[in-house]
Amino acid sequence: MREKDQTPMNPPLIDISNLNKWYDDFHVLKDINLTVQSGEKIVICGPSGSGKSTLIRCVNALEAYQKGDILVGADRVDAEDKNVHKLRQRVGMVFQQFNLFAHMTVLENLCFGPVKALKLSKSEAEERARHFLTKVRIPEQADKYPSQLSGGQQQRVAIARSLCMNPDVMLFDEPTSALDPEMINEVLDTMIELADEGMTMLVVTHEMGFAKSVADQVVFMDHGAIVEQATPDTFFSNPKHERTRDFLTKIIQH
Amino acid sequence: MRFFKDLKAGDYVILAITAAFLGAVWYQLAFQINYNWDWSGIPSFFVYYDEETGYQQNVLLIGFFNLIRIAIYSSILSVILGLGLALMRVSDRRWMNWTARVLVEFVRNIPPLVFLFIFYFFVSDMIFPVLGIRAFAQMLANSDSAVVGFLFGDRVFVENLIAGVICLSLFEAAYVSEIFRAGIESVGKDQREGARSVGVTKYQEMRYIVLPQAFEKTVPPLVGQLITLIKDTSIMSVISIQEFTFAGSEMVVSSGRIFEVWITVAVVYFIICYALSVYSRRLEIGRTGR
Repeated sequence: MREKDQTPMNPPLIDISNLNKWYDDFHVLKDINLTVQSGEKIVICGPSGSGKSTLIRCVNALEAYQKGDILVGADRVDAEDKNVHKLRQRVGMVFQQFNLFAHMTVLENLCFGPVKALKLSKSEAEERARHFLTKVRIPEQADKYPSQLSGGQQQRVAIARSLCMNPDVMLFDEPTSALDPEMINEVLDTMIELADEGMTMLVVTHEMGFAKSVADQVVFMDHGAIVEQATPDTFFSNPKHERTRDFLTKIIQH
Repeated sequence: MRFFKDLKAGDYVILAITAAFLGAVWYQLAFQINYNWDWSGIPSFFVYYDEETGYQQNVLLIGFFNLIRIAIYSSILSVILGLGLALMRVSDRRWMNWTARVLVEFVRNIPPLVFLFIFYFFVSDMIFPVLGIRAFAQMLANSDSAVVGFLFGDRVFVENLIAGVICLSLFEAAYVSEIFRAGIESVGKDQREGARSVGVTKYQEMRYIVLPQAFEKTVPPLVGQLITLIKDTSIMSVISIQEFTFAGSEMVVSSGRIFEVWITVAVVYFIICYALSVYSRRLEIGRTGR
């Protein structure tokens, strides 16, 4: 299933091959192979400490890795490269804790990247920002500070901030884990909408409902390695590995 | 009064002891050491009247203006240097980190006076000629423009003043850098990663995301350090810069009014520093009240 000679029709947008990462002696990622086609949605799940967050943080070079390769398009991801910021402009990221700029209004949060990184004019950036704020359905919050918004609203602002960069792919690192239960759906709905529009997405989440309805592939990780990768149908109805079954029972029970 | 209502028995004992002590000091000064208090001359140590030229600045006022000049120049320079050192401290580059660390630790572990003795002669005898500051200072000293007089006071001491300001700034910069460093490190990793995720450069991340949030947190401690700086200007009297403490000691020698002059000098320092500390407390309240 994870064979490299699977011969996709197009070269993959993200190509992770033989990826290994260590924290000192601790082997966090072990021989990870994963490809993401343009437009594909991949959900990564697994118990905490399995390395799934570390994996997607490697994709936009927030973490360095020691062995193997990650290619985004034709470029190798290298946290030490001095042009790494250029690569990050094409790879959006949504964090568990939103990571909005606390000293800026919502609108300033959204305009920051387009103005400073993409060199858009203020008015172009603002127009774009308002467009995406409307898209995530909070245009009226433009002049508030992040701390004045609910968690769900903050996360939608974060998604809009990422979208303002017109990224090729979006990474989601447990986007709903820090939210109160009643706010999870508003964020998931935004993500589903995004998926329907064809955005390439790599999502770390425990939301199995989201995985079932949106994912093209579900990847299960444990102890730093990919244990199983399958379409949602197969993954949920007929998991091959003992550890996957274990995980699924635990997650569906609560 | 509220103040007395809140007091406990123990507090009355302490108040009584304090009052008795102050009374004893007053008694000693008033009746025992045979000191003739005479405050009448003090105002003229600031401004005196001359038949021919009218009102003139006297030594204390000149010293006061020099104190203000030194304080302003040094605080600006020490903030710039301190910011540079702080950025070096938080840099990934090991050598930058260590260079800044060595300077900060060196400064923090020797007394300001000793630092001044070492650096004043080092700076004015070795660095100045090389950098051409000596020639610059002499050019300033020889010009008779009113601007030079306004900026540097007495022309004879321009070079001294510049050297003194540089020494004091180097010294204070070490402390300022620690304040900035604490501010920079208090800005969460989430803010930095948020910046990285939208693809800005390291410089932009520092300039637009980290520093603005760091500065907001550093204003109250910076004002505190400014108060220390103002008090530390007094050590410059030992390198013959005509600042306020130096002026005070001159007036003591020439007038013999030891207590009156020193008390006056102390009151002036107190007013400046206390006003700043009240201001800084206001800032703090304003911040937490938001």
